[in-house]
Amino acid sequence: MTIRKTFAAALAAAFLGAATQVSAQAYPTKPINVIVPYAAGGNTDVIARIVLDHMAQTLRQQLVIENIGGAGGTTGSYRAAKAAPDGYTIMVGQMGTHGAAPALYPNLPYDPLTDFEHVSQLSDTPIAVFGKRALPVNTLQELIALIKADPNKLNNGHGGVGSTSHVACLLFTSMIGARSPQVAYRGSGPALNDLVAGVYDFMCDQIPHTVPQVIAGNIKAFAIATPERSPAIPAVPTTTEAGMPTFIASGWNAMFAPKGTPKEVVNKLAAAVDAALRDPATRKKLEDIGAVIPAKTGPDALRNLVASEIEKWTPVIKAAGVVAN
Amino acid sequence: MHSLGIAFDLLFGSPIILYSIIGLTWGIVGGSLPGISASITMALLLPFTYGMAPVQAIVMLACTYIGAEYGGSIPAILIRTPGTNSAAATVIDGYEMKRQGRAGEALGISLWSGVIGSLFGLLMLVVMTEPLSWVALAFKPTSYFALGILGLSVIASMTNGSLLKGLAAAVVGLMIATVGTDPISGVTRFTFGSPELLGGVEPVLIMIGVFAVSELMMQSGSKGLGGIGEQVRVRLPSLSMMNRLKRSQFIGCLLGTFEGLTPGGGGSIAAFLSYNEARRWSKEPEKFGKGSEEGVAAPETANNTVASAALIPLLSFGIPSSNSTAVLLGGLLIHGLLPGPRLFEQNADVVVGLYLGSFIATLAQILVGILLLPFCVWLVNRPRAYLAGFILALILSGIFTLNTSLFDLGIALGMGLVGYLMRRAGYPFLPLILGVVLGHMVESSYRRSLLLSGGDHTIFLEDPIAVGLLIASTIFVTLSLVREFRDARNAKLKDVHA
Repeated sequence: MTIRKTFAAALAAAFLGAATQVSAQAYPTKPINVIVPYAAGGNTDVIARIVLDHMAQTLRQQLVIENIGGAGGTTGSYRAAKAAPDGYTIMVGQMGTHGAAPALYPNLPYDPLTDFEHVSQLSDTPIAVFGKRALPVNTLQELIALIKADPNKLNNGHGGVGSTSHVACLLFTSMIGARSPQVAYRGSGPALNDLVAGVYDFMCDQIPHTVPQVIAGNIKAFAIATPERSPAIPAVPTTTEAGMPTFIASGWNAMFAPKGTPKEVVNKLAAAVDAALRDPATRKKLEDIGAVIPAKTGPDALRNLVASEIEKWTPVIKAAGVVAN
Repeated sequence: MHSLGIAFDLLFGSPIILYSIIGLTWGIVGGSLPGISASITMALLLPFTYGMAPVQAIVMLACTYIGAEYGGSIPAILIRTPGTNSAAATVIDGYEMKRQGRAGEALGISLWSGVIGSLFGLLMLVVMTEPLSWVALAFKPTSYFALGILGLSVIASMTNGSLLKGLAAAVVGLMIATVGTDPISGVTRFTFGSPELLGGVEPVLIMIGVFAVSELMMQSGSKGLGGIGEQVRVRLPSLSMMNRLKRSQFIGCLLGTFEGLTPGGGGSIAAFLSYNEARRWSKEPEKFGKGSEEGVAAPETANNTVASAALIPLLSFGIPSSNSTAVLLGGLLIHGLLPGPRLFEQNADVVVGLYLGSFIATLAQILVGILLLPFCVWLVNRPRAYLAGFILALILSGIFTLNTSLFDLGIALGMGLVGYLMRRAGYPFLPLILGVVLGHMVESSYRRSLLLSGGDHTIFLEDPIAVGLLIASTIFVTLSLVREFRDARNAKLKDVHA
């Protein structure tokens, strides 16, 4: 009896395995729901749409974006972490949701490392230091001197507690050993608007949505925190050139699937991301808005990136005493 | 001359008319579904534009925005449910007209006013983009605070005779606006440990709850539920009516342009302010709240003007003044177009196409509106019991699609009960709506201003725009209170003489 049961169980397991294999090979057989944990039209949304457009051609299936905003992107990320791990609900997260969130939210309902299958990084979005047009300085070193001269004089604007623009400037000011008054906005769009209007003095943000303002001369860009200059704003020096080589920071966007999503599905998605990033038209669209094609893609590279980012941002955020709930 | 050439090529050498009309129709349909805002309607369309030429994609998205702003008024008038936030002020007199059997007239006025508003906004966009674009940058946190206060000052004239009850409702609205994560400090407030409340309460849930759900509750208690609703036909305003609406439409155009230029409002403030000013300057102010045609015309002109005027800061600086223009900005970026002065030089075809497409959509609005409205009216003319069930299903599914959250349904139904109790106890709920819509803007701008000044309140006096708006608010409140006390005294005297 026991042998028969064991045999039956083995047979069933074999069938199930074969079925999974078949379904993974056939994947995707229906449209894929992609959670973007921010509003439509924002940085993450635009980058996701550009990459997903090409992925839909590779996978021969629609990828439908669902924008679930709120609580710094953690609401949508939590929803994705808890979704069925069948490959039909995935998400596009970023540095805030999967790098800074563990330090910002002590009660974060998900773990960026253990609650997700890491699919692939989609883009790097370089961070730069910007100032209002009327600021009487033109280089990064002059800006640093001005901030240090009177710590309460220059205001630093950002797109909300825990946003990339917030934590990037925390890193910048902690590295120069200074603090400056923080002015929070609801999103980096309104924050950028007030920098253009000259309401506050400087901000550190990802370059995609700031490129038009820099080109038009509405704001000053002091330095870009990447090893190489950006083709979108080639006149702006790197932090290394500007004499602050240790300040290297990038925002990034990446694709995640709920924990337990079959490996074959994850690999198929990662291959589709790779194909998109190799496509010249997709690359051009990403580069035009100031995003950079990541040097390393795939699940392992993304897992390492998430781990290193958590390690990088946690001490900066904790030292500044910033907590989001 | 070069622009005229581009326009001619686009008009006759590309399917721009078709894309404008498709965008407009989709906008009207999406905007008229409760809970589906203009920005969601546009975001749903976004994936279909990937394969299009940039000019066609942008024209289609912009026309969707125009259509959605008009579409939002249809359920506001017919089922007391604003399809979009900015249609909330239309509910007041639009639904009242429907109750008087004049729904067709209200729909016609809303359509006509929408066209006037869109044309005016478009004129501003084409002729005045350069001089007006700097208005967006002149607005500082201090100005936004004062603008929010100006919006709240409308409460003084929306209290239905009981100032105390009106203020109580406004305070409840302001309190609801504080729920969620505070964007300035990151501290969570009144969330009671619920992750669903971390992002705050969306105003549309409150509006649908207090307007629509409470109305269904009231109807379910009335005797006529088994009967058939009144027969309605769409009626465009006559020439004499168009003449009468001129004043309120002019007010809507001015305030709509103003709000379109200033990021953050999204049409609601302009709609409420226009309603209030239209009443102040009307020859028949006593009709407002009781089915006034001007009460429909003013907010509908304003929110449609906003849809076109909001393109001015978007195209000039890449500054989205609302969620809808943020989606449009996303559309521009996806198609490799960077907004800003260079857009006008490098992608003149997109800019000219946008002007042309918006113009076509505005004119087509009359035709599409007249063709679509009979279907909406047919729906509303079903037996009342079925209609009530259909409306409840429609609004609940609309709310659910917003965030696919059952929690949101709970909030809307709970607010329905609050609205029902408020109506029973004679509390006006427009102040509550205004509190919810403006509370966040007033609070965050106030605190942001103080952060910038290091806690010094004189910062508000250093900004001439803020000073002007605050003085205007004081004058509005004083005039409203004087009128209210005078009316109360006259009523008392009448009683004594009787």
